[in-house]
Amino acid sequence: MSSFGLTNRTTNTTTITPQGAPNRRNTELVMLAFAVVIPMFAYANVGLAMDGSLPGGMLGYGLGMGGLALVAHLTMRRFAPYADPLMLPIATLLNGMGLVMIWRLDKAGPLLDSNYPAAANQLMWSGLGIGLFLGVLVLLKDHRILQRYTYISMMVALVLLAAPAFFPERKEDFGAKIWIHVGSFSLQPGEFAKIILTVFFAGYLMVKRDALALASRRFMGLYLPRGRDLGPIIVVWVISILILVFETDLGSSLLFFGLFVVMLYVATERTSWIVFGLLMSAAGAVFVASFESHVQTRVNAWLDPMAAFSPHPPDGATEQIGQSLFAFGSGGVMGTGLGEGRSWLIKFAAKSDFILGSFGEELGLAGIMAIFLLYGLLVQRGLRTAVAARDPFGKLLAVGLSSAFAIQVFVVAGGVTGLIPLTGMTMPFMAQGGSSVVANWALVAVLLKISDTARRPAPEPAPNPDAEATQIVRT
Amino acid sequence: MSELTLTVMRLGFLAVLWLFVIVAVQVIRSDLFGTRVTQRAARRPAAAPGSAQGARQQQGARPPQQQQQPRRENRQRRGAPTQLVVVQGSLAGTTVALQGQTITLGRAHDSTIVLDDDYASSRHARIYPDQGGQWVVEDLGSTNGTYLDRQRLTAPTPLQPGTPIRIGRTVIELRK
Repeated sequence: MSSFGLTNRTTNTTTITPQGAPNRRNTELVMLAFAVVIPMFAYANVGLAMDGSLPGGMLGYGLGMGGLALVAHLTMRRFAPYADPLMLPIATLLNGMGLVMIWRLDKAGPLLDSNYPAAANQLMWSGLGIGLFLGVLVLLKDHRILQRYTYISMMVALVLLAAPAFFPERKEDFGAKIWIHVGSFSLQPGEFAKIILTVFFAGYLMVKRDALALASRRFMGLYLPRGRDLGPIIVVWVISILILVFETDLGSSLLFFGLFVVMLYVATERTSWIVFGLLMSAAGAVFVASFESHVQTRVNAWLDPMAAFSPHPPDGATEQIGQSLFAFGSGGVMGTGLGEGRSWLIKFAAKSDFILGSFGEELGLAGIMAIFLLYGLLVQRGLRTAVAARDPFGKLLAVGLSSAFAIQVFVVAGGVTGLIPLTGMTMPFMAQGGSSVVANWALVAVLLKISDTARRPAPEPAPNPDAEATQIVRT
Repeated sequence: MSELTLTVMRLGFLAVLWLFVIVAVQVIRSDLFGTRVTQRAARRPAAAPGSAQGARQQQGARPPQQQQQPRRENRQRRGAPTQLVVVQGSLAGTTVALQGQTITLGRAHDSTIVLDDDYASSRHARIYPDQGGQWVVEDLGSTNGTYLDRQRLTAPTPLQPGTPIRIGRTVIELRK
């Protein structure tokens, strides 16, 4: 690494200066307008396809969504002026597309099993999500403040994760105890635990990274960490297994364990941690799958998604994955068009876990690829933030939050498309589910706050006293 | 709604969605902020040696041909060294063209040659031409010293081409 500063006394001087990231708020505004227009287009498209006329509330919804986006944008101008220009528009677009699809599925009416209007509710949750987004932007002055709450956030996250086990289970929970019901109000604390646990991981690993990376014994070509450094990993492992056993929530335990392995690897740069983590998660999954029938059913459904359609379906066979595969298949490359698919054929969780199936049917491979790219871009901006961040805590936090997001997208999309066993998780921003939308808006807000600090241009360097002319007396 | 309208809307929607993705990628592309190259005519007269504002990143990049016109007569004499070469150390192979400017050496990031050497001080030494055009090396009070051909420098010393200057593990010499 070297740089050369040449001061030429000749006529031309070439100066190569490091260029700071400019303030990109105007770009963001344009993209945001774009991101509001696309769901409106989709909304109009659904209305025209299903009713033959533009939907009545179009102007109102358009203005409402545009207004919310504008408020978010103006807050960004004030409180995070140097933040990344793409995250807010992409999140807005994904959220808007999800709202349109939920509204479209509402319109399927009684064709869809246990259908009830969910779009208005989801809209309210999106509004709350943007509210929390604004709250984080305004109240979180500096992401490094979170570092002080490392162990508090661990406790909070554990309490949040354990809470659903103590609440009565309901019939509509589909076998996973991940909800807290208070009256008619239900909350999925795991979504928030995701963010809070990432804060703990980032704070813990920032302090322990050297001990974890350097103080290790070499064993069979692998660097094994010391027991005391290993402790927390064992704890997290046990917790994710316990979630799996008591709450039968395969998705969350996969998410937490994957998140921890990713953050360990980023913090220590040791491949052995990946090997170690994968071995441990594989062992845990096999262990749980050996006696938990819920998990076994999921694995069987993954291995043979069409089993349920056979004349003599085996016990516990579920047609969920098969239905979503049919939806993707009937969409083909260009899709059937918004509002023209037969989305009601997805019988289970069409608006939440399986919303991608409806997108796959109505937008086709081309549309679903664009959606995956949008998720990919959002994750990329998060990882880019981590690269640009100057403080190790910010780096780890940004890596953790973006990989949590990425793992969640992977787990849902992989489950719905039959790549991995299906786990009950919601597609961030798109799927119906209040907690998910709110938590993911908060996640994006924290990322934007880190991005703002990372991209803020450095203050002008102090004048260099050595640069002044020195007179030399030769003896 | 006619079938045609719906087909157009369906394809149009996909196009708009992809347009958003492409525009987003363009934003990312324009967001890759590396370095900015500015060409400017230096209006100030020959400055005193030692002011190092320009930062040139390309190693050993020679300036354009018109810059090779030295102002002072004494730099045109035959046999004057034209470049500084790093002979040993992690930067071995690096060259810096000599144009009458002061070259600062050290670990400080604004040095002409940033030494990535455990034994170098942040402002270790400098090499500059005196009034006669003779290149002089001066130790700037470094911790581990600057050695001119085995001799530790105590005062600014005239430098002959081919004489190794040793700073930690780095060896530098003037070349013609």
